[in-house]
Amino acid sequence: MGRRIRRHRKGHVIVDLDEHERRILRDLAEQLRALLLDGSEPSLRRLFPTAHPDDEVKEREYQSLVHDNLLEHRLATLDEFEATLDAATLTVAQTERWMTALNDLRLVLGTLLDVSEDSVEFDPDAEDAFSQAVYHFLGGLLEQVVDVLFSTLPPPAK
Amino acid sequence: MTAPLAAPVEVDDPEVGTVPTSDVPWIVLVWNDPINLMSYVTLVLQKVFGYSKEKATNLMLDVHQKGRAVVSTGAREKAELDVYRLHEHGLWATMQQDK
Repeated sequence: MGRRIRRHRKGHVIVDLDEHERRILRDLAEQLRALLLDGSEPSLRRLFPTAHPDDEVKEREYQSLVHDNLLEHRLATLDEFEATLDAATLTVAQTERWMTALNDLRLVLGTLLDVSEDSVEFDPDAEDAFSQAVYHFLGGLLEQVVDVLFSTLPPPAK
Repeated sequence: MTAPLAAPVEVDDPEVGTVPTSDVPWIVLVWNDPINLMSYVTLVLQKVFGYSKEKATNLMLDVHQKGRAVVSTGAREKAELDVYRLHEHGLWATMQQDK
């Protein structure tokens, strides 16, 4: 995958995606929004992880405290991602939203594809070859976004 | 002026050598998963905790190779906030008391 995301020397981030790629991302974002609003899809579980796997009471407390915030945060991130999907350039803050949205999409798609450490090779003959290809595309794109964002981090606190 | 002498109050002798459960620090763990990219996990640890790239990379490698790593410690409220911020980023984080 060629370079789609890079940092301009003036600070902003250049997005070099074609129409087809942007449309795929928009479709995925719309599907994820529908899943989030519905809330019943099991493949969403990676977006709402368990904090206290061995303590039901504390886990209920944690979920009642954070679940709605986490959902709102994910929907807001998705909104900002979609709103900038046609942009040729992004601010660093917008690029961070892209990172979170791309990772959310990858987590859900990876869960649906039942990705494991040993099953990362792309199989063009598989029934779900298109989903696999999209999963790999998201991974490549996210890798580039992360790469760009490393250069924007403040110096370490410790 | 001197402070009045406090009347003696009867107290139970605290058990020696035990710490109230609420004072035992919490640890925040990140668990290995097959989806999150190694570079992404490193960046999130740097972003959330302000760790150096070296420290974040070492923690990420622990997660990847040993299955999990302790990424922060502290009181319950702090641990809960750390877990929440890791969950925001889709990392598989849990917390437990460091008994």
